[in-house]
Amino acid sequence: MKLSDITIGQHFPGQSPVHLMDPRAKIVVTGAYIVMLFLAQNLLSLLVGAVFVLITYPASGIALRLILKSLKPVLPIIIFTGILNLFFVSGEPLWEFWRLSITAEGIRLAVHMCLRIVCLIAGSALLTYTTSPIALTDGLEALFSPLKKIKAPVHEIVMIMTITLRFIPTLIEETGKIMSAQKARGADLESGNILQRMRAMLPILIPLFVSAFRRAEELALAMESRCYHGGEGRTRLRVLAFSGVDVWAAVFTIAFVFAVVAINISGPALGIPGTLR
Amino acid sequence: MPAIIKTESLSHVYSQGTAFEQAAVHDVDLEIEKGAFVGVIGHTGSGKSTLIQHFNGLLRPTSGRVLIDGEDTWEHPKQIRRFRFKVGLVFQYPEYQLFEETLYKDIAFGPTNMGLTPDEVDVRVRQAARFVELPEDMLQKSPFELSGGQKRRAAIAGVIAMNPEVLVLDEPTAGLDPRGRDRILGEIKEYHQQQGNTVLLVSHSMEDIARLADKVLVLARGRVFMYDDTRAVFARAEQLEQLGLSPPQITKICTRLHREGLPVSPEIFTVGAAKTAILSALGEKERNR
Repeated sequence: MKLSDITIGQHFPGQSPVHLMDPRAKIVVTGAYIVMLFLAQNLLSLLVGAVFVLITYPASGIALRLILKSLKPVLPIIIFTGILNLFFVSGEPLWEFWRLSITAEGIRLAVHMCLRIVCLIAGSALLTYTTSPIALTDGLEALFSPLKKIKAPVHEIVMIMTITLRFIPTLIEETGKIMSAQKARGADLESGNILQRMRAMLPILIPLFVSAFRRAEELALAMESRCYHGGEGRTRLRVLAFSGVDVWAAVFTIAFVFAVVAINISGPALGIPGTLR
Repeated sequence: MPAIIKTESLSHVYSQGTAFEQAAVHDVDLEIEKGAFVGVIGHTGSGKSTLIQHFNGLLRPTSGRVLIDGEDTWEHPKQIRRFRFKVGLVFQYPEYQLFEETLYKDIAFGPTNMGLTPDEVDVRVRQAARFVELPEDMLQKSPFELSGGQKRRAAIAGVIAMNPEVLVLDEPTAGLDPRGRDRILGEIKEYHQQQGNTVLLVSHSMEDIARLADKVLVLARGRVFMYDDTRAVFARAEQLEQLGLSPPQITKICTRLHREGLPVSPEIFTVGAAKTAILSALGEKERNR
């Protein structure tokens, strides 16, 4: 796996309808989408969720191939989930070997779980792909602002989240540079057992941490020298406003949620086996 | 002189096969002689960094070959590490790669990876520290306690300690004050003279290149634009300026004086040489009066 393959947290600017949506609407739609995935009780309703992603990606002008790229790092988790569900679900066994047995329910559940994880990552990645970190902060802050009433430091928490997102690509780039530099000094990162490999990571992790702290300090200084003092009394250059795109997005999303719920309810009647009990 | 580095129609394309496909180095045929001091210049994005990362096998050519001392670097990919020791590469801002508890251990990282015995490593570390003028008592300090310039020199020592046949430095003086810059360049020059190794110096400063390098490699848009003796390269000032590179300030002055009819050679690259030339030109004028 190459480091440049990690695209989660990156932002690809654009002018598509998805890009033009209000960040608040986008966050709510993403939330609704996640709920939708968890509501889906059979494979057909989950497929509806997958279709949602398959429509929104082209609509945003983001290449579908990027999904595969962002999935690569979590592939082990997906495979692990799949295998776990495949073998450890009780039911009518289709195939038996030693103590392992594969059941029809197991297969269904494994497929369901894997597909759900893929959809979750793809859908939430689209939010950061199409929303600039600044817009994302504004959106989150607006959505969580009711919590300010109970003295929660909403602005600060959101700022921390945004900075984290913003620095993921930077730190990935930095890691690549440090790896090259240590490889140039003969560091062997590719061979040896797990323990040796972990030790071989030290020359990369230590400079990475040092530079992360240095960057944090520089950023804090830069913010302070521009008189940043938190959210109190801050006005905005860009005031968030809903537009026609957001209405359409809402209609589109509600339609999908209804479709999922409808298939869930009518599933047994249609003879579609449920995967989750 | 036999070539220590040879490239045969070397090309490198980043993210090949995707929308982000980007040719960084294109069809480079190059031969660098053993023992030469080569200055590498080129605009940002001209492919300098990509090219030099092929010399020690950090990047694999998408097509073409790189031969170090006559050996194809990627013939046996498993043995690529050999070339990392043969061609020592110092990256930009190398001080960010320091990681050990003590300076000694950090400089020893490269030689230890080579599989040398502790005694040999010890010799290498002390020798390298001497080259970059870091005193012995500093070796037991943490690298993070040093000043910026000291860190930079310590990081360079970490590569020199591998005793590479070719030393490649990517802008080793970026972000240093003039004194720190002169010091590092002086040490590199001394290293080259004493060891007789091949040195490649990537730099944006034409003054530094003019002062140190025997030959200059000019890259433009991923291709070799010129590769010739320093004198010959800077004599083609107009072509360099078209690339957004400018010859040393002092050369510009001498060229202008030459054009004004003064007997000053336009092929002067250092302030010292210019001083002698201008003084003798003035003397001639006096005599003619």
